Amino acid sequence: MAGRVRELVRGEPVVTRNMPMGRALNEGLRRAMTEDSRVLLMGEDIGKLGGVFRVTEGLQAEFGEDRVLDTPLAESGIVGTAIGLALGGFRPVVEIQFDGFVYPAFDQITSQLAKLTYRLGGNTPLPVVIRIPYGGHIRSIEHHQESPETYFAHTPGLRVVSPATPNDAYWMIQDAIASPDPVVFLEPKSRYWPKGDVDTSVPAGPLHASRIARPGSDVTLAGHGAMVTTLLDAAAVAEAEGTTCEVIDIRSLSPVDYGPLLESVRRTGRMVYAQEAPGFTSVGSEIAATVMEHCFYSLQAPVLRVSAFDTPFPPADIEAHYLPDVDRVLEAVDRALRY
Amino acid sequence: MTAGTRDIYDDTAIVRFLDADGTWAPTPAAEPYLDAIKSLDDDDLQTLHRDMAVIRAIDEQATNLQRQGQLALWPSAQGQEAAQVGSARAARAQDHLFPSYREHAVARVRGVDPVDILKQMRGLSHAGWDPTDPKNGNTHIYTLVLGAQTLHATGRAMGLRFDAKCGSGDPDRDEAVIVYYGDGASSQGDVHEAMVFAASYRAPVVFFLQNNQWAISVPVSTQSPVPLYQRSAGYGIPSVQVDGNDVLASYAVSRVALDRARAGEGPQAIEAVTYRLAPHTTSDDPTKYRSRDEEAGWAHRDPIVRMRAYLRDRGAGDEYFAAVDEEAAEAADDVRVRTAALGSLGPDDLFRNVYSQVEEALEEQRRWLAEYESSFEENLS
Ligand SMILES: Cc1ncc(C[n+]2csc(CCOP(=O)(O)OP(=O)(O)O)c2C)c(N)n1
Repeated sequence: MAGRVRELVRGEPVVTRNMPMGRALNEGLRRAMTEDSRVLLMGEDIGKLGGVFRVTEGLQAEFGEDRVLDTPLAESGIVGTAIGLALGGFRPVVEIQFDGFVYPAFDQITSQLAKLTYRLGGNTPLPVVIRIPYGGHIRSIEHHQESPETYFAHTPGLRVVSPATPNDAYWMIQDAIASPDPVVFLEPKSRYWPKGDVDTSVPAGPLHASRIARPGSDVTLAGHGAMVTTLLDAAAVAEAEGTTCEVIDIRSLSPVDYGPLLESVRRTGRMVYAQEAPGFTSVGSEIAATVMEHCFYSLQAPVLRVSAFDTPFPPADIEAHYLPDVDRVLEAVDRALRY
Repeated sequence: MTAGTRDIYDDTAIVRFLDADGTWAPTPAAEPYLDAIKSLDDDDLQTLHRDMAVIRAIDEQATNLQRQGQLALWPSAQGQEAAQVGSARAARAQDHLFPSYREHAVARVRGVDPVDILKQMRGLSHAGWDPTDPKNGNTHIYTLVLGAQTLHATGRAMGLRFDAKCGSGDPDRDEAVIVYYGDGASSQGDVHEAMVFAASYRAPVVFFLQNNQWAISVPVSTQSPVPLYQRSAGYGIPSVQVDGNDVLASYAVSRVALDRARAGEGPQAIEAVTYRLAPHTTSDDPTKYRSRDEEAGWAHRDPIVRMRAYLRDRGAGDEYFAAVDEEAAEAADDVRVRTAALGSLGPDDLFRNVYSQVEEALEEQRRWLAEYESSFEENLS
């Protein structure tokens, strides 16, 4: 994304604005569509309705039905045709309505989209963005609360990213669209509504970069998506108890930017990774293993993982027992400190 | 009517017995199905009506319960009672039913306790009932991933054929499958693959498409430029379009299709043209995509009002209708009371039924959670 000049939409003066992530995504999409007429949006109910989470609200009215497509109800069809559109020079941004409904498109994403650049010898960019609202904490029904990130992070050729704040959402969606690579863009749906500051004039860090969300020196807490807020809350509680935690938002789940994380762990000697996904063979497992390989001599305690349990996402009535929360993170922090 | 909803339908092709006012007025396409209706006596006709009225009351109750915070979500089936009751009543006891997620009337007709449906919408279960329990009338659980159940139904039907459970010529013994899906779901690859398999293996399955005009905000014209029933022919599956707001027509075409499937004639397809009167679910806002005029136009074709008028014409009196109203109110009340009394789940429930046997790795996580959570109780005391 080097050399990309960001101009202000409609010459409005730069202001930092407080808005929820859903709105930030909407404005990020609008700006990307304004800047590049080859950007188009596809998905179920994204036009008239503006998406079930209203992330695309108003965009069809503004850009027309050929740039914001209310598609037939078929995920494999949506992603497969987006690949063809990208081959013709478009930059399709696809919305999958809920995490649990991405699997009908799984073949198109993992065995087609992910591999085409590799197979085509590098001359054909595949700028397809697949937006997926993901994760729990909204007490919804089956298939509406899942964390499928590992399947995609495991697939070489895909970029898998997840913003944790409205500001990151605003910038990362634009960077994902500008990327010549396919990007699986995971939107933590429990974070759609809380507001945060968005600075529309200063770009956030590049798409692949990890971010220090809070500096600290005793324990490194790392995570992605909605968990970053949980980690920050845990750090605030720990602080009151006399422990300062550094919080790293890894932003890009694949490939991972390890720099800030390794640097942090070398200073703190302790690390906890938190995620909503089940722990077995997960993003957190991979990151924990890599950190242990690189920071073995700095570590005062094993790298600990806080994950959901290795069961299907449960009925909403017991999701609070299933999902990691501030207390579960603090329990791991205590354990790390006890070594 | 909104362009793209009704205008692709040809009234000469559709099977209908009762017009919107409940007047007996069979369409030409209905002629071959007259025999299936003639077998119904007044009691049978009243059962069809009573089923619809009772499930409507339960549905209204569920909508209220959602508004009161008792359910996470409610996908209303209002408007689709005739399609569902007619087809479910046409099935024989030995037939197998595969609903999608809005088939509350189907489920109730087959014996499923409505509270078991509400359990799922309350977040207490991923499937409120056990299809192998005889009281549930071979009704498979709901499937939320659109179209996936059409393959399960087809496989179930293939198994019936392999086990020689159809085509014997004995209608009391032969079995068939009926599977429900929507106009939106009809775009899914799974549905197309199901039709390929069903036709290739001559599986005794009836594809019952409820075209309620809308897949959330997307009109049926986005799914197909031709009437959906016409697609099936390309797979080698005979198909028919029926007025899904006429319970008699729905009953008749389903009965004939199921009889054929049971008799070994292979898969059959039905498109029931109907309308979802309520929002897609209680989280949906239909004012964003459809007009009040359109809604009012379809409200005028309400299947229950239509059947009520027909029964009145045939002599059913105030006493009968009062009894039905009372039964409906009681059923709704019963659902409300028992829903409020549903218990809750505990942390151990997370780990049940993940595998067929206890696995040590999970058992360890279960023990950890129990110990971890009890540490809070100790701190409190
Ligand atoms: C594979 C899949 N994609 C998306 C969804 C989200 N979704 C639930 S219902 C629905 C619309 C379904 O429309 P239709 O098949 O016509 O059935 P109806 O709801 O109208 O009864 C959508 C998009 C889903 N459940 N499954």
